[in-house]
Amino acid sequence: MAESTANTLKIREFPIDENPKHTYLNAGKGIKSWLFTLDHKRIGLLYLGSITLFFFVGGVLALLLRTELLTPAQSIIDADTYNQIFTLHGAIMIFLFIIPSIPAALGNFFLPMMIGAKDVAFPRINLASWWIYIFGALFALYSIVSGAVDTGWTFYTPYSVQTETAVVSMTFAVFILGFSSILTGINFIVTLHKLRSPGLNWGKMPLFLWSLYATAIIQILATPILAITVLLLAMERIFGIGIFDPTMGGDPVLYQHFFWFYSHPAVYIMIVPAFGIISELISTFSRKTIFGYWAIALSSLAIAFIGFLVWGHHMFVSGQSELSSVVFSFLTFFVGVPTGIKIFNWVATMYKGSIDLKTPMLYALAFLFLFTIGGLTGIMIGALSVNVHLHDTYYIVAHFHYVMMGGTVIALLGGLHYWWPKMTGRMYSEFWGRITCGVIFVSFNMTFLPQFIMGSQGMPRRYFNYVDQFQGLHQFSTIGSYILGLGFVMMAVYLVWSLFKGPKAPSNPWKARSLDWMTSSPPPHHNFEYTPVILHGPYDHHKPMREFRMGVVREAADHSKPVARETT
Amino acid sequence: MNRIIEYMLPPQRSTVASDVDSLFTFINVAGFILFAGIMITILIFVIKYRRKSEDDVTPVITHNSILEVTWTVIPIILILIVFSWGFRGFLQLSSPPANAYEINVTAASWLWEFSYPNGGTTVNEVFVPVDRPVKFIMRSDDVIHSLFIPDFRIKMDVLPNRYTTTWFQATSTGEAILYCTEYCGTAHSDMLATVHVLSIEEFEEWLETGLEIDEDMPLADLGRQTYTGAGCNACHTLDGTDRIGPSFLNLYNTERELVDGSVVIADEDYLRRSILEPQAEVTAGYPANMPSYAGRLNERQIDGLIAFIKELQD
Repeated sequence: MAESTANTLKIREFPIDENPKHTYLNAGKGIKSWLFTLDHKRIGLLYLGSITLFFFVGGVLALLLRTELLTPAQSIIDADTYNQIFTLHGAIMIFLFIIPSIPAALGNFFLPMMIGAKDVAFPRINLASWWIYIFGALFALYSIVSGAVDTGWTFYTPYSVQTETAVVSMTFAVFILGFSSILTGINFIVTLHKLRSPGLNWGKMPLFLWSLYATAIIQILATPILAITVLLLAMERIFGIGIFDPTMGGDPVLYQHFFWFYSHPAVYIMIVPAFGIISELISTFSRKTIFGYWAIALSSLAIAFIGFLVWGHHMFVSGQSELSSVVFSFLTFFVGVPTGIKIFNWVATMYKGSIDLKTPMLYALAFLFLFTIGGLTGIMIGALSVNVHLHDTYYIVAHFHYVMMGGTVIALLGGLHYWWPKMTGRMYSEFWGRITCGVIFVSFNMTFLPQFIMGSQGMPRRYFNYVDQFQGLHQFSTIGSYILGLGFVMMAVYLVWSLFKGPKAPSNPWKARSLDWMTSSPPPHHNFEYTPVILHGPYDHHKPMREFRMGVVREAADHSKPVARETT
Repeated sequence: MNRIIEYMLPPQRSTVASDVDSLFTFINVAGFILFAGIMITILIFVIKYRRKSEDDVTPVITHNSILEVTWTVIPIILILIVFSWGFRGFLQLSSPPANAYEINVTAASWLWEFSYPNGGTTVNEVFVPVDRPVKFIMRSDDVIHSLFIPDFRIKMDVLPNRYTTTWFQATSTGEAILYCTEYCGTAHSDMLATVHVLSIEEFEEWLETGLEIDEDMPLADLGRQTYTGAGCNACHTLDGTDRIGPSFLNLYNTERELVDGSVVIADEDYLRRSILEPQAEVTAGYPANMPSYAGRLNERQIDGLIAFIKELQD
C-alpha cells in the first residue's frame, strides 16, 4: 500500500455475467475462424480434439494387442502385425497424445486465464505449434500406410537401422512434433514471466501454473536432444554414417544414452502437469487452502531438475559400466522424495476440509491411489539387483501404465471434468460422471495389476507368443481392458450429450478461487472485460468471494462508483 | 504375505535369487504399509470431513515445517536402505567368481548358440553343472538381444560390438527357461532356450558323450531332432503355413522363384546351400534374415535335415 505514489490503481469488484451473449465460441464463425484462430482457448480446444482422436486410435490399437494376447499363440493377427501395432500404440500415445495432452490442451486454455491475461505472449507461435503438430501427425499417419514401423517406440539401434519398415518417416514425425512441444514451452515461460495481472506475484500463482512452468523448462531443454537423436538415426538409415552401427565402428548403446537423455525427462513432461491439476482439484473440492504451497511448487522444479540426471536407469543391463548403473540408481531414488512430498501435502490439504466427492474429486482420489502404486513400484525397479530381474518384463509395462495412465490420464480426465463447464458452458451428468469414474478405476486395476504379477514371474514384454503358464493372467488383463474401453465410450456419450442437452453451467460451479473461474462460462473472447487485480492467493477459501473479482477501474470510468480498495 | 510373494516370483534356483527376493519382499512390504497408511488416511478424511453444508468453513492451515521435514527425511532413509541393498546385490550379480565355468554364447535372430570349452556347441539348449559358478561370455551376430533366466534372476543385454558377461550358480537340477528380452523383430518371442542343470557327474558324462551325434540314428530322425534343436522351428513350420520362412511341407523338389527372378529346383544341393549360405539364394517374398548354420551343424546333421525335409510330403 503506497497510496501516495503515482501508479496507484483504483480497483472495484466486477460482477460476472451469468448469461453471456458474447463468448469465445461465438466470437467468430466458420471453419476458418477455428483453424486459423489466434485465441488460446480455441487453440486449446483444437489440441483437445486432436489428442482425443489419437487417444482413440492408440486405444483401439491397445485393445487389438490385448485381444491377440488372449491365447499363447496366434489369435487374430500375425507376429509382424503385432510388432507394428505395439510400436504404433506406444508412439501414438507418447508423441501424439500424452506429451501434448495436459499442457497444450488444458494448459493453453487456462494458463492465460489463470493469470488474468488476454492471451499467451505469442498467439501466432501458439497457432503455429498446433499446425506443426498436425504436420507431424500427418507424417506419423503416412508412416503407418507406408510400412508401419515395428521397432518399439524407442527405435533402438541397430534393429531400427536394419528393419524394412518406415522408420525414417516415423522418426521425422517425432522430429516435427518436437518443435510443436518446444514452441508451447517457450510461449508458456514468456507468458508467465511477462503477462501476469497486477498483484499476481509468483507466490500467488496457482500450482497448475507452477507445474506448467516446470514442464516448459524440460520441454525447451530436453526436446532438442530428441530431435538430434532421431535426426542421427535417420541419417544412419539414409546415408549410413555409422554413428550407431557396429559394423562401421559405431555404438548402439550410444543411441540408448541419447534416447533416454530426452525420454526420461519427457516422462516428467507427461506427469508434472498432472500434479498441477491434482493440486487444483484437491484444494477446490476440499474447499481449503492448499497445504505446503511452496513445497508443492518447488518439488515440481526439483523433479524437473533431478529428472535430467537419471536417464541411465533404463540401461542397468544394457552393458553400460557398473559404476554408471550405481550412480544412476542412487540419483533415481531422489526423484521419489519430491514426489512423495507432493502426495503427503495433498493428503494434508484434505485434513479438516469440506470434502465434496464430485466427479473431478473422484478422479483426484483415483489418481492418488493409482499414482502412489506407480511411484512405489518405481522404487522397486530403481533398486539395482531387483531391476536386473524385472527389466523388460511386464512389470515395467504395468509400472509405466500406472504412472502414465493411472497418473496423467486420470488427472487429465479430472481436469477435463473440472473445467468442462468453463470450456463449454454446459454441465455434464454428475451421476454418469461418477459411475464412469468408478468403471474406469476398477477396470484399470483389472487390466494392469495382473501385469505386475506376470512381470515378476518373468513374462518378457513385447512378446507375441508366450508360455502357457501366463494365459490366465493375460486373459484377466484383456477382460479388464475391454471394460476400460467401455468406460471411455460411456464418457464420450455423456460428454457429447452435455454439449447439446446439458444444463447451462454457472460461472463458478465449484466455488473455486482462482482467476479462471472469475469470468463467465464460457469466457468472453478476451477472457476478462477488465484487467483483473489479485489480492489473495488462489486457494484462499476463507476470504470472501467478491474480493477475488477485483479489477482495475479505467481512468475514463465513472468515478462516482465505489472504490473497494486501493493497492499498488 | 509370504504366500503372495512366493506366487509372484519364479522358483529360487540360483545363489543370488534369495537376496534379490528378500529385497523384492522388503520393498513390497514397506511400500504396502506406506500405501495402506496413505489410503486409510484419505478414507478417514473423506468420511470425517465430508461436506456437511454449502457454508462449511475450513481452517486456514498453510504449512507445517515439522511435518514437511518428517515426510522428507523418512523416505530418504528408506530409499537409502533400498539403494544400498540393491547395490550390494548388483555387485554380486556383476562379479563372476574367478573359477567360473565359461560358456560362450552367441545370439542371432532368432537363436541362441552355446559353445563349451571342449569345442562342442549346442543351439537353443544349454547344459550346465549344478553348484558350480557358470559364466556366459556373450555376443550378438546382428541386433541387440538380451539373455534372461527368471529362475536365476539374471539378465544381460547381448551386443553386436562387444562382449558382455553374466554369471550364475544353479542350486538345483532340472530345466529352466531362457528368454530373449530385448525386442529383436518378428520371432523375438520365439527366441527361447532351455537351460538343463545337471549334477556334476551327469554334466561330466554329458560333456563326454552328449555332444556326439548318435551315428546309429536314422537320418530323418536326426533331422527332426535338429529341426527343433537348432531352432529351425522358429521360422519354418511343418504344416504348410508361412511364418518368417517357407514351410518345410512339400518343399522338396519344388520350383523356387528367387528375389533376382531366377528359378531353382529345391533339390538336395539347394537345401544344403540354403542352410550354409542362406542369403545367397533367397526365395522371393521372404525376408533375407536367416542366420548361417555353417559351423553350427555338422555334416551328418545337415544330411539329416535334408532327409527330414524330403520326407515331408502329403
